[in-house]
Amino acid sequence: MKTIAELNEIRERVAKEIALRTDRNYTGREKHILVCGGTGCTSSKSKEIIANLEAGIKANGLDHVRVIRTGCFGLCAKGPIVVVRPEDTFYAMTKPEDVEEILQKHIIGGEVVERLLCKDVDGSLVKSLDELNFYKKQHRIVLKNCGLIDPENIDEYLAYDGYKALEKVLTSMSQDEVIQVVSDSGLRGRGGAGFPTGRKWQFAKASENEQKYVACNADEGDPGAFMDRSVLEGDPHTIIEAMAIAAYAIGANKGYVYVRAEYPIAVHRLQVAIDQAKEYGLLGENIFGTNFSFDLEIRLGAGAFVCGEETALMESVEGRRGEPRPRPPFPAVKGLFGKPTLLNNVETYANITQIILNGAEWFSSIGTEKSKGTKVFALGGNINNVGLVEVPMGITLREIVYDIGGGIPNGKEFKAAQTGGPSGGCLPAEHLDTPIDYESLGAIGSMMGSGGLIVMDESTCMVNLARFFLDFTVDESCGKCPPCRIGTKRMLEILNRITEGNGKEGDIEKLENLAMNIKRSSLCGLGQTAPNPVLSTLKYYRHEYEAHIKDKKCPAGECKAMTQVTIDPEKCKGCSLCSKNCPVGAIHGELKSPFEIDQEKCIKCGVCIAKCPFKAIERK
Amino acid sequence: MCENCNCKDERLDEVKKVIAECNGDKSQLIRVLNTVQEVYGYVPTYVQKVISEELDIPMAEIYGVITFYSRFSLNPKGKYNISVCLGTACYVKGSQAVLDKVKEILGIDVGGVTEDGKFSIEQTRCVGACGLAPVMTVNDDVYGNVDPSKVKDILAKYE
Repeated sequence: MKTIAELNEIRERVAKEIALRTDRNYTGREKHILVCGGTGCTSSKSKEIIANLEAGIKANGLDHVRVIRTGCFGLCAKGPIVVVRPEDTFYAMTKPEDVEEILQKHIIGGEVVERLLCKDVDGSLVKSLDELNFYKKQHRIVLKNCGLIDPENIDEYLAYDGYKALEKVLTSMSQDEVIQVVSDSGLRGRGGAGFPTGRKWQFAKASENEQKYVACNADEGDPGAFMDRSVLEGDPHTIIEAMAIAAYAIGANKGYVYVRAEYPIAVHRLQVAIDQAKEYGLLGENIFGTNFSFDLEIRLGAGAFVCGEETALMESVEGRRGEPRPRPPFPAVKGLFGKPTLLNNVETYANITQIILNGAEWFSSIGTEKSKGTKVFALGGNINNVGLVEVPMGITLREIVYDIGGGIPNGKEFKAAQTGGPSGGCLPAEHLDTPIDYESLGAIGSMMGSGGLIVMDESTCMVNLARFFLDFTVDESCGKCPPCRIGTKRMLEILNRITEGNGKEGDIEKLENLAMNIKRSSLCGLGQTAPNPVLSTLKYYRHEYEAHIKDKKCPAGECKAMTQVTIDPEKCKGCSLCSKNCPVGAIHGELKSPFEIDQEKCIKCGVCIAKCPFKAIERK
Repeated sequence: MCENCNCKDERLDEVKKVIAECNGDKSQLIRVLNTVQEVYGYVPTYVQKVISEELDIPMAEIYGVITFYSRFSLNPKGKYNISVCLGTACYVKGSQAVLDKVKEILGIDVGGVTEDGKFSIEQTRCVGACGLAPVMTVNDDVYGNVDPSKVKDILAKYE
């Protein structure tokens, strides 16, 4: 248990130690090597890089150098990422065997290893992180500590004003004052629906009960989204602190974080953070010597998308099948274990400490009239800079895709961006200049969603994309209510036959009819939004559906049943690479003259297209 | 004790330890099942019986929970469990073709196990390494930027 004076002492001491990470004018001898320890970089061996660095530092007696495993830097496409501070040298796609060269040449010799420097999309060498176009239009509030601190070291969190917001709240603010600040800030739920957070807190406080709970939704099920995971991996203490603040505001003394078991690193770091917070007396009885006590527990999910829905989540926390409950009663009245419960998403909580410390006015000065603050997006799909970005609300999709994302690879055209995952919709090229905020996205038939943003190029078939999402929902429907269980299955069957080339006249109308019925009559958000990918692709790409059904053609050339893989004899140089790689031996020809594909044997796998050095093979 | 003989079942001891930590709290069933899945690789019936007795939850309810969540399995997986990501980012980059290739080479479907018990295949929704899409994993090894032509070499490492 630490007193406020002791915490301040730690803050001051550690802030000095790690100042060189942000102070570009630092002239001392020390160096910090920051290595990304997010899931993406860990998958590509950042652990081994750290081990090699530590061993090398020891072997060379480099006492002035420290290695820090941080959370996600965001630019996952260039991982594993290694950054040397104070000079801010940014090494991309580093391998464990590169470590020796970094140590010898850079750390000991003082010379940057040019070979490992990151290249920007235009091919220019990037010497420091700040120079990257990827970061220039970002505004980091939620991710402010990600890539900067060691998430498993509470002292480093403390050094950047950690637990100061909780201290301020407990020692100088009433419950209503806290809720007022959150309301005035204009913060809205980042899980997707965008309900005003302050109002949610008000409802939970207004419910009279001896026992109340706060809960955090970290069941990030939207495939291709990893915002919440990155926050938990990179800055777990901010969630603990925010939940304690929320608990104080509504009068709860116990909290649950519901995390996907598929996120082992996030679970581990959150548990470490909880243990440290308990040790420092920042969780537990009589925090900061006040009457406020708060305990926090992790509950693991087990792979069910529907558990991201608030009432299903509560069933799952209670150890049952994650089947949604009818609402009302809403969780603020009857939630976990039948008690009033406040449930917010990870990213929502991650804004709280900054709002308390900097004030509602500061927060509401960022963003648009109705959507305040920033939004974190997981940028993925056919885009150069795959990764995690945090942008102010109101930024256009064009800025995200081209300025931050670096555009579409392989010289292809932008076709659409998908937000909101299986509940959301598509944003076609004509809406590239739409500002990203809750209302604007809703108005064009998509939604903000939790933050997955998948970019697609011209080779993506929109009918097949809708089929993909429906396949997902059918798989993940919990089966409790028939419209979702049976309706989505019927929609999938229709989409399957369309993409297989067996679509019938009237299928589009059937899809629309089913979609409206499922939306109106499903029990929970999963079913109510499940038809959105179909409706939104029908809105903007109806001609693709019609081409599949009437002409039996897939305009994007993706649906295998309606395409043929052929070799252009003009372009083919007869190198035989395609035939060597064909898994079914369908390609024949003589060296140095054009090859041919036996359409009877061809399984349209596309290996030859990827292998052909002359781009002579096409799917049509 | 294990189900067949009287040998000492260390895995069951580990599970019982976690059950004891629950202090009879039924709401921690999923935590217990996560442990069983990790320790055994699936949830055997005789372990379900133990959980049922210790936490006083009917077998039917436990079965209901196991079959609801995709992480739990009632059958053992292969020694090497291959998982191909079909999350949106991977799908858009062609992971379906990778999955098809794995199925073709091993001659089993998703959810199946090869006859020698060596390989099993599952599809997953996003392992979170979208920067490496398309991604497949073999047990804890992660392979990024996979295309169908690389699958054979990857599997050969585990022969």
